[in-house]
Order: sequence, then structure tokens, then C-alpha cells
Amino acid sequence: MIEIQNLTKKYGQVVAVNNISFSVRKGEILGFLGPNGAGKSTTMNIITGYLPSTSGTVTVDGYDILTHPDEVKKRIGYLPEAPPLYRDMTVTEFLKFVSNLKNVPRKKQKGQMADIMELVGLTDHRKRLVGNLSKGYRQRVGLAQALIGNPEVLILDEPTVGLDPKQIIEIRRVIKALSQERTIILSSHILPEVSAICERIVIINKGEIAAEDTPERLSRGVDQVLKLNLTIKGPVKEIVAAIKKIDGVTYIQSSGAAPDGGNKFILEGVNDGIKEKLFFAMAENGWPLTEMKPSVMTLEDIFISVVTKGQEVR
Amino acid sequence: MFTVAKKEISTYFKSPIAYVLIGLFMLMISVLFYTPFSLGSGDFMPVMDSMGFFLIFLVPILTMRILAEDRKNGTEVLLLTSPTSLTKIVVGKFLAMYFIFIIITILSLIYPLIMVAYGAVFTVQLAGAYIGFLLLGAAFISVGVFASAITENQIISAIISFVALLAFWLAGTFSTQVGGDIAKFLNWISLTARYDVFTRGLLGLPEIAYFVFFTILFIFLTVRVIERRRWIQG
Repeated sequence: MIEIQNLTKKYGQVVAVNNISFSVRKGEILGFLGPNGAGKSTTMNIITGYLPSTSGTVTVDGYDILTHPDEVKKRIGYLPEAPPLYRDMTVTEFLKFVSNLKNVPRKKQKGQMADIMELVGLTDHRKRLVGNLSKGYRQRVGLAQALIGNPEVLILDEPTVGLDPKQIIEIRRVIKALSQERTIILSSHILPEVSAICERIVIINKGEIAAEDTPERLSRGVDQVLKLNLTIKGPVKEIVAAIKKIDGVTYIQSSGAAPDGGNKFILEGVNDGIKEKLFFAMAENGWPLTEMKPSVMTLEDIFISVVTKGQEVR
Repeated sequence: MFTVAKKEISTYFKSPIAYVLIGLFMLMISVLFYTPFSLGSGDFMPVMDSMGFFLIFLVPILTMRILAEDRKNGTEVLLLTSPTSLTKIVVGKFLAMYFIFIIITILSLIYPLIMVAYGAVFTVQLAGAYIGFLLLGAAFISVGVFASAITENQIISAIISFVALLAFWLAGTFSTQVGGDIAKFLNWISLTARYDVFTRGLLGLPEIAYFVFFTILFIFLTVRVIERRRWIQG
């Protein structure tokens, strides 16, 4: 559906996006992840035709954004980082304006606007001025605006930024619902968000793609490092000393008393039979191991490891 | 195109700016009108002349926000990523401004009609002068729209269009100070000199063509400037 090939964007001497390529299949939700200033917004601005690229091509549904901008723009609904809103219009007036701008046939406008307002939860606010709405509701108006014209592709630049947790869950639910019949690119620097709704993730850092895979496979890549939460009954110092002797342990730290009378520890090490070795070491000393819980590497950790790895190479 | 125009017109009438501008213009014409009228003159042409001059102050205030505001508020993204072409958007914005200008023009017709009520004749020349005024307005507004496209600061936009319009206005005056080809050129580009043709009661085809060309040129330049900015700095 969306093909991005060797895309480069320079602002003068500054390279914002450096030779990136990826594609998004029809009906897929792609998470576009990266720290602030990584080039996420620039890439999205290029895909939607707001900015021209320095070199490289973007095609949507077979149409090149440079040669057939109107065909591409027709197919895309875009929610930029700062939602483009006219504050002096009511929600209904604004959405009607956008409908006309996107050439939605007059007959269809009313029904479509009603459906969209229902979907994003704006129906009760339709007569209010956009400028008087709270940030969360303005974000919804921004999303509604992107949905007008029923585009096949949605490009959402940080759609949940500035929302409260309840609203974030709601917006995620909306995006998930939308993904049934649409292709979506969603950018974020918040990881749980991306792992919650995206099927595939592209991590971008300093204008270059640092990693690209499904959330599960990306997690697996970091699985060689094991992080365990332990509760052991016994003397803290001796336990720490004993664990340090185990092959493959890279980090051990006591983390206070457990409710069952034991002591808590955090352990990190190479994931190679370390659990068994730990069990036998503790059993030998007669210290009951009452809890051993692997703490899953979150996307947060993956993100940081991928991004910092990139820095070391440089 | 009309979508954008309609939206802009409603924006102007929702804010005080349209009313303030119309009121200001009416006040100025009233003051100007009083002198010949109290002397019993039925000649509206001198007033028309000054009306043209007032547009230099009026148009920059009218047009300063038309494109600059979209850029500042980020709504430019919405316009540029919509399937509506940039030319249509710019023309739509121009038409909105021109619509407000036409309202002002129609309101100003009250004064010659008062003269007619007191026995003056509504002449063909006056009709011609009004056609000239409408053309002059179009040319001025196109400059204002252009100035609004080159900056995101409304005040700077207003100053640029004011200076530009003043230059076009004074070009004719300067031409009397210098001689030769420069004078000819200054006279040629001067909007005043051409507007004067209308207020003298003549309907010149070259003048009409000049105003139309001038307007189209500046609308075209506006589109180019926005395009160019996208390519250069993003």
C-alpha cells in the first residue's frame, strides 16, 4: 500500500531523514518509533505530500506523491503532530469545511460526519467552538478531521500526546477499530502504545532505521539477557556473595525485605542455564528460594538498547 | 475554491475585523464627502480618487492574516495535504478578500446616491470610475495576499503590503520628478496613473488589461512563493 524507497530529506546541511526504505502492507498498523527529533514527523510530512523529499520516492497505492499528489492526498487522512484546527469554528462547522476541502459529496457529508463524531466521541461537543475545547477533545477533532473522506490510509503523528490515561485508552480503542479496514502508520515515542496496537514496528533514530520487526520478535532479540526478580530466605550478604560466584551473572542487587520474611533480589545475567545453577546454589546452602520471576524486557528496554547501540557504532 | 472562500468570509465576519474595517472606511468617505457636498457640488470623482488612496491603508489590514495565520497555526498542513490544489486555495482566499471589498464598495455607493437624490446625475463616468475602483481593489488585494504568503507574522505582512502599495501609488508621482525612460516606466507600473484614467471618466482597455494582468500575476507569485518555501526550508 505504501512504499518508501531511499527517502532522504535535508534541511540545508542538516540531514533529517537519511536514505530510509520501508513498506506498509494493506490493512497493517505500522508503529513508527523514535526519540524526539529522529525524523518521524519529517517522514510523515513527506508521505502526506506536505513536504517534498530531497531524494527518494514515496508511492501510495501505486501513485507517486511527486507526480500524482492529488491521487495520493485523496487516499490519506493525516493527523499532524499539532492538530490543524480553526479555533473560531464549531466542531460541526470545521468538519463540514474539511469535508468540502476533501471533496466529499454533499449528500454523504452529514451521515459521515455523524458517524465519525460518534466514533471519536465528539457527538456531545459538536456545537462547541474548537478553541474552547480541552486539549484531549481537540485531539479528537484532529483525528475526526483525518477520518473525513474515509481515506484508505491514516497517518497519525503522535495521536495520544497530551491526553489523560483514560483518553489514551479510548483513542487506542478507536485506532484499533479503524485498523479493520485501513492501513495505518502511527508514530510515537511512547512504547507501550506502539506495542499495544501495532503489528509491526520501525524504529528510527537520527534519520535512519535502527530496527524493523514485529513487537514480539523485537522483544526476543533482547532475550539473551535475562532479568530475574528473586525472593530468598537467608542472610543477604552471604546470598549476594554466593550468587556472584555463579557463571553468567552480571548483576545482583538486594532490593529489600519480602512479605514472607525473605529478602528480595534483582539479578541480571546471560540466559544460559542460569536458573538451574541458581536453584542448586541456593539449595546447597539451605536458603529456600521462594520466588523466581523473570521480568520481561519491555519495548522500552529494546528501544533504548537499539538506539544506544546505534550511537556506539557512530 | 469556494469552500475556502466561504470559510474565510465567515471568519472575517465572526471577528470584529470586518466590521471595524468597513466602519473605518465609511467614516473616511463620509468626511471626504462632506466638503464637496456641503458646497453643493455634484461631482463625486475627487472622492473616488481619495477612496483609492485609502485602500493603501485598508487592504494591508484586511489581508495581513489571510495566509500568514494558517502558517502560524499549522492549519497550512491541512490545506496543503488536502486534495484541493494550492492554486484553488490561494484563489479562494483572494475571492474571500475580494468579496469583503465588494461589500465595502457597494456601501460606498450610498454617497453618490445621496448626490443623485439632491439632483446630481448618476453619470456613465461615475459607473466607469466604479469599475476602475473594483479593478484597483483586485490589484491591491492580490499584493496583500502575496505579502501574507511571505511571512508568518501578520504585522510584518501588513507592513510589507503597505510599503508595496505605497510604492505603486507613488511611482506616478515620482515620475514627474525624473525624466526620460525611467519616468515612462514609473508611469507604466503606477497603479495610480491608471486609476486616474478611470476617475477622469474614461474607460481604457489597456488599463483594464493592466489591472487584470497585475492581479493574476500576484496570485501566481503567491502560489509560487508557497511552493518554493516548501521546497527550500520545509
